[in-house]
Amino acid sequence: MGSSSSNLNTIPNSQELMQETGFSAAHLLRLYERFEFLDKDNKGHLRPEDFEAVQELSTNPIGDIIIGSFFSPGQETVDFPSFVRILAHFRPAEKNRTRDGAQPEPANSSTGKLKFAFQLYDRDRDGKISREELLQVLRAMLEMQVTEEQLESMAERAIQEADLDEDDAISFDEFKKSLEKVNIDHKMSIHFMK
Amino acid sequence: MCCWPSLFLSNSRPILSCCPCPFMAALWTLSLVLSGCLFACLALNPPQLYDLPPSLGSNGSRSGLSVDRPMVLRVFSVDYHHVQAPFEIVLWIMLASLAKLGFHWSGRVPAVVPESCVLIMVGLLVGGVIYGVRHSAPPTLSADAFFLFLLPPIVLDAGYFLPGRLFFENLGTILWYALLGTLWNVLGIGLSLYGVCLLAPSSLGDISLLHCLLFGSLIAAVDPVAVLSVFQEMQVNEQLHILVFGESLLNDAVTVVLYKLFESFLRLPSVTGLDVLLGGCRVVLVGLGGLFVGLFFGLLAALTSRFASRAQVIAPLFVFLYSYLSYLTSEMLHLSGITAIVTCAVTMKQYVEANVSERSNASIQYFLKMWSSVSETLIFIFLGVSTIQDIHMWSWPFVCSTLLLCLVWRATGVLLLTAVVNKLRRNTVTFRDQFIIAYGGLRGAICFSLVFLIDDFPKKRLFITTTIVVILFTVFVQGMTIKPLVELLDVKRKKRALPTVSEEIHSRLIDHLLAGIEDVVGYWGQHYWKDKLQFNKKYLRRFLIGEERQARSSILRVYQELKRREQRGDEEAPPDSNQCTKQIRTSTPAYSRHTLHQDVTTDRTRKPLQRHLSLGERRRYNTITHWPQVLHAVLQVHTSKSGAVSKALPFPPLDGK
Repeated sequence: MGSSSSNLNTIPNSQELMQETGFSAAHLLRLYERFEFLDKDNKGHLRPEDFEAVQELSTNPIGDIIIGSFFSPGQETVDFPSFVRILAHFRPAEKNRTRDGAQPEPANSSTGKLKFAFQLYDRDRDGKISREELLQVLRAMLEMQVTEEQLESMAERAIQEADLDEDDAISFDEFKKSLEKVNIDHKMSIHFMK
Repeated sequence: MCCWPSLFLSNSRPILSCCPCPFMAALWTLSLVLSGCLFACLALNPPQLYDLPPSLGSNGSRSGLSVDRPMVLRVFSVDYHHVQAPFEIVLWIMLASLAKLGFHWSGRVPAVVPESCVLIMVGLLVGGVIYGVRHSAPPTLSADAFFLFLLPPIVLDAGYFLPGRLFFENLGTILWYALLGTLWNVLGIGLSLYGVCLLAPSSLGDISLLHCLLFGSLIAAVDPVAVLSVFQEMQVNEQLHILVFGESLLNDAVTVVLYKLFESFLRLPSVTGLDVLLGGCRVVLVGLGGLFVGLFFGLLAALTSRFASRAQVIAPLFVFLYSYLSYLTSEMLHLSGITAIVTCAVTMKQYVEANVSERSNASIQYFLKMWSSVSETLIFIFLGVSTIQDIHMWSWPFVCSTLLLCLVWRATGVLLLTAVVNKLRRNTVTFRDQFIIAYGGLRGAICFSLVFLIDDFPKKRLFITTTIVVILFTVFVQGMTIKPLVELLDVKRKKRALPTVSEEIHSRLIDHLLAGIEDVVGYWGQHYWKDKLQFNKKYLRRFLIGEERQARSSILRVYQELKRREQRGDEEAPPDSNQCTKQIRTSTPAYSRHTLHQDVTTDRTRKPLQRHLSLGERRRYNTITHWPQVLHAVLQVHTSKSGAVSKALPFPPLDGK
């Protein structure tokens, strides 16, 4: 790690990125090295196939969904700034953030993290998790353990529990409410990325 | 004032406890009668039965009393000697259980005084009466009986119901407290006590450094029995509970080793540096050895339970037998028995639960709770009884300094260790939590038994007295004041809501997400290791669980759990978390770990149908071909409208024949 301290200059817009995401220089460098490692053909951007090369991700039940979350809808490549912006969601939140109304919500606050998780379900980005979207994710997670009927009744029950305005879909606020007892900052942070 | 009719109209506890006049009277009369029998047996203890001439032989005891009488047929005779041992044991257990019953019926007392205190007081009372009648010391708690019979059920119960995930998430911190904290306490207390002895050479001059260290090693250990009984009534947040409780379980390894080490040092002519080094190696060996013994027996039990489907009735027996075997084996090898039995329980629980029918699971849970409850009650009563001793040696400086040092060293130990460990944890341990951890370090019966096992030396009586004082102090003073302190300091309490399916789904999604992100970033974090272990589990599970009962995701488990409750129709709405804690405490039944979770008690509605079928099934297992139709008929009764099938069948599903 020591020899790469001079490489900060090879990362384009590194200062802006650090300010936007809050990563330190050391972390940014580490992420850049990882990016280059994943980018086997040195294209300068990543494609879904590069992600699929990560061994453990292929055995993850929602591996495809996670890979998909890195790519904005319609795009097939992700460059380094986008890569870092997505990973910024998983930094532990700052404890003493001043609540300034003018500033946009940082990516690694509880709300930012929840929004990211919400978008894993809500593929079509219409702001609601429909029954079909929930079923897709459930199917991926439970795979072969249950029958189709059980899946459907589980999805039905989950929507019933969370859906307060009875529109047969889960909005972001309802999603947030159903997770209010969970310590999101603790659960959705990768510790070393402080 | 008597609200007798209302007893039948409502079944809420407060009304019952406000006017129990007829019940209380009957209960107390009954217990008095039984206690009277016990005292009579112990006090009378007819000596002439032991003086029978040997020529009458072993069977002569029956006719022994009549050997001097004329040869006439005896219509009525009393032969107490024949049944003495089991009779007395049963009377003691009966006394203990009645005292417990009386405690729970006695109005406002349970809210103020923890159960352990009341039981010790009853023991003191009984001991005092026995002493008064017999003018000799009452029976004491023998160390063998304690370690071999009374302690294992409690630790097994604790291990079986340990919240696994929480435990492993906090394992590092728990080990940190258990190993280093205990070592810190032992050395600190031992060395300081030696300093005190040096300062008062007139009365305490003959206590050597090794003796002080030995004493330190047995008095420093936090006792799981005492901690359990006090903390369970307190309902603090789970993280705090698991930290204190896990520490009390795991510090056994260090305590056992240090105690035996110092004891063997006392017997050696001299102690060299090599001996100390070997002692250090022994700690590691004892801990790891206990772990492996527990793992071995746990996996054996899991494997056996896989084949238990054809004899469901004795399936629970295997759980108890294997756990007890693991404890005895590690005691035989001088390893840490508590570590072994806890590991065994934790290992086998998931496989046994999956393999064995729901009713067997219920039996296992019930029996565990029952035995541990009886054990705990007996331990506390005997603690009280054994306090009444013939010779107590008292020494103000020794006793008071021991008490003070225990508190001081524990407090400083916790503060220092937490300061270090907070840097590595995500969820910091707050100052309030630290205070409760330090204050909740109760000593109990383990110290008591260990002190009796010391080789005799002039000041042994002093050690015994001091140990008793420390135990009584921690259990009474700290035990009684910790509840109000918890409320005063506003320590975070346990959340009492039911889990929801959507919460479980989203939580699992986030878990998978974090594992995936860690893979993308190339970081070997918590989730990476958890996933790796998952894969091992996949192989293990396939081997240890029958095909038809493969493991279910936690989402499925929560979902089926909720469905089961709905079918029984007694789904309770999760209480509003803003409710005053006092209200919660009075409106729910007196919570103790000996009352089981609601599920287990409610198979009543299903019984007639199932018992009939399961009896038939055993006889006709191989010849039935129309089982699918029968199954369907049974299942129709229990399926919900949406057609989801609950997996709770009492008889094993069929394989393809």
